[in-house]
Amino acid sequence: MTPKRKQRLMLVSLMLAGVGVAVAFGVTAFKQNIMLFHSPTDVVAGAVQPGKAFRIGGMVVDGSVSRSDADLAVKFNLTDHAETVPVSFVGILPDLFREGQGIVAMGSMTEKGTFSATEVLAKHDENYMPPEVAEALEKAGQMPGTEAVFGSKTVVQP
Amino acid sequence: MIPELGHFALILALCTSIVLAVVPMVGSISGHSGWMAMARPAAAAQAFLVSLAYACLTWAFVSHDFSVLYVANTSNTSLPLIYRISGVWGGHEGSILFWCFISALWTGAVAVFSKALPQVLLARVLSVLGIVSVGFLLFVLLTSNPFERLFPVPLDGASLNPLLQDPGMAIHPPMLYLGYVGFSVAFAFAIAALIGGQLDAATLRWMRPWTNIAWMFLTVGISLGSWWAYNELGWGGWWFWDPVENASFMPWLVGTALIHSLAASEKRGVFKAWTVLLAVLAFSLSLLGTFLVRSGVLTSVHSFAADPTRGLYILLFLGVVVGGSLLLYALRAHKLKSTATFELVSRESALLLNNILLVVACAAVLLGTLYPLFVDALGYGKMSVGAQYFNAVFVPLMLPILLIVGLGAMLNWKRDKLTGRSTPLAILAIASILLAALLSTQLLSFRIGAVASLAMAIWVTSSTVYGIVHRFRNKRKRLSAVMHTPAAFWGMSIAHMGLAVFTVGVALTSMYTEEQTVRMQINDTHEVGGYGFEFASIEEVRGANFNAAEATFNVRQGDRDLGQVVAQKRFYDVRQDTMTEAGIDAGFTRDLFIALGEPLDRGTAWSVRIQTKPFIRWIWLGTIFMALGGLLAACDRRYRRVGVRAKAGDVASAKESNNTGLGQRPAIASMAASSTDNASSPG
Repeated sequence: MTPKRKQRLMLVSLMLAGVGVAVAFGVTAFKQNIMLFHSPTDVVAGAVQPGKAFRIGGMVVDGSVSRSDADLAVKFNLTDHAETVPVSFVGILPDLFREGQGIVAMGSMTEKGTFSATEVLAKHDENYMPPEVAEALEKAGQMPGTEAVFGSKTVVQP
Repeated sequence: MIPELGHFALILALCTSIVLAVVPMVGSISGHSGWMAMARPAAAAQAFLVSLAYACLTWAFVSHDFSVLYVANTSNTSLPLIYRISGVWGGHEGSILFWCFISALWTGAVAVFSKALPQVLLARVLSVLGIVSVGFLLFVLLTSNPFERLFPVPLDGASLNPLLQDPGMAIHPPMLYLGYVGFSVAFAFAIAALIGGQLDAATLRWMRPWTNIAWMFLTVGISLGSWWAYNELGWGGWWFWDPVENASFMPWLVGTALIHSLAASEKRGVFKAWTVLLAVLAFSLSLLGTFLVRSGVLTSVHSFAADPTRGLYILLFLGVVVGGSLLLYALRAHKLKSTATFELVSRESALLLNNILLVVACAAVLLGTLYPLFVDALGYGKMSVGAQYFNAVFVPLMLPILLIVGLGAMLNWKRDKLTGRSTPLAILAIASILLAALLSTQLLSFRIGAVASLAMAIWVTSSTVYGIVHRFRNKRKRLSAVMHTPAAFWGMSIAHMGLAVFTVGVALTSMYTEEQTVRMQINDTHEVGGYGFEFASIEEVRGANFNAAEATFNVRQGDRDLGQVVAQKRFYDVRQDTMTEAGIDAGFTRDLFIALGEPLDRGTAWSVRIQTKPFIRWIWLGTIFMALGGLLAACDRRYRRVGVRAKAGDVASAKESNNTGLGQRPAIASMAASSTDNASSPG
């Protein structure tokens, strides 16, 4: 092999190695940060192991919100009208959190069957229902009558 | 009556756009001068008609015309005038019409400021802009008509989302759209170049100020979005890697690569095909951003009301524009060959590295943003990609950029050696690290990440300053040299230093923010980040269109009394929305951020989120510098002296490496003087 060709081979191999390493890092970072969404039905059916982080969405059951007296802990029930999952959360609930409306929460299942939320998100479209929750409700066979609200904007929560 | 007038003007505008899209393009291919000459009047007519339509919609808003469905959905009698004007672009239909308005303005501007361009080129450019306008006007008329009527007419409207009732939010969409749509100008030039099979220095020089200005507006728009999120969302965060934020950030990354690649293409004729591809990509990403926001496929901070037909239309439009332009690129790019070469150590190399890093970063963000959509579309469930992924891939890609920024600006074109400057640069590097370590320990606490980021920011600043000093080192008449330095050089330096300021803000805020969420009653005190916060009082207040619970906090640092911070929880009358108005004590070196959570125990206590955020204002200060730099670079006098219409190529092509083509500058002495000046000048 001529020296020039050797040099080119070196260069190309180096580039391939570099690209390979970069892609490996990128894909690893990607895989580690993907979070799946499950409905209460999925959760009750045992689709998720305890301790694994995921997102759950559903309607907040009317009258189920209870706040502790001493600190910022709050409990409520989340349902897709087929199954219900109890949720516990410590912190400030978002402005859009309301009983009877849809929310999405991030966290994991505890051994006792409660969902321990690290973040609660309320993102609405005009029907006050996050799309994931709407789909989950449809799957469970019950889509409550959507409120015809005179307004077509979405309100915002990260 | 007026809305009907607006509607009619819009239909006429569509017809004019169709003429603009078709006639000059056909004329440019067949050589019909008369047809090509139609481009400018058609562009002007389109601009007038769309502006008329937009003015009619604004009138409907300002005069409380609730018989128009869009006004009834978005406005209200109690809405202040300024938010009636900005509310026009607050909802979906109006914002698309606003896009058409901005597009018509840019097209008109290109038509007006293009006397020096060859007729064929201008005809093609305006036709491509016309095609884009046709797409968006059809979208408005077919799927998102803001002039639809509503009967029976309601007595009052639904009002604007309270989160949009903020000055920063009001100006955020216009700035963004000016940026997105501005990239369509670069796109049009790229397509025109591909069709014509050539891209000469005069065309590139013409493109640069337009692209710089579009980039500047996009920078300001994104910065405003971040600023608004910090001030209005009540979480104290300034960037969430939310899909819609990413949708605006991706065109920005490619746009930054584009403005740098344009420099190399204009000065040295290299990377021509790459520049064209970047222009196509930047605009394609702008369109993709539009699709992501408006189609309802995303749950995010910005999702508008979902309507599948809208999403389908945009997807088709995207397919036609992006697919068509990439096809054209595949077929014609080989005609845009560059013949110049350059060495390993040269400015071209640095710009190439910059481009590679920015494009890879954009690809990484694109993957994280689109992957959930694909998975959902294929039916594999709903998933989301967390912010850690974006931080994990983006930050390492930005580090090399910070390292070469100051260096690259100093290098000569084609071939350079660092031997004369390596010692001073090494000293600067070491000094940066030491200074960073010192500052970090003195101001905050020692943390290796903070030291590294600070060191890089100081390195960028000092190497940029060194570059400035070095430029004037050997000039005899220093003051005269400084006065005659092109604005673009100062623009570049300011923008790069803006990047350093931005880095400081991001790094220090990310690492040193302290946050606590606590339950507080009246007279409770809590300590966060070295500051003491006492919950002094809470009372009911009444705003323009809301009721609020207003809490006042006394702030102390040690024994120093720092005054009061007021935070509100607002309840808007019409929409029954709750909104948090955070109390922010702004400071150059830190912000104190207090947001009310919820009333507890029947209102005797409140949950409160208190944060100290060091150097967070530097984030937006940095972006202001970057935008200022971009503006300055666009105002460079050299771009205004392109010369009369060039027949084929440039009038005066001097030495191959100094092809500035200044046009009509008869004096050879002045030509030589400016040539040597340009030999060491930046883009």
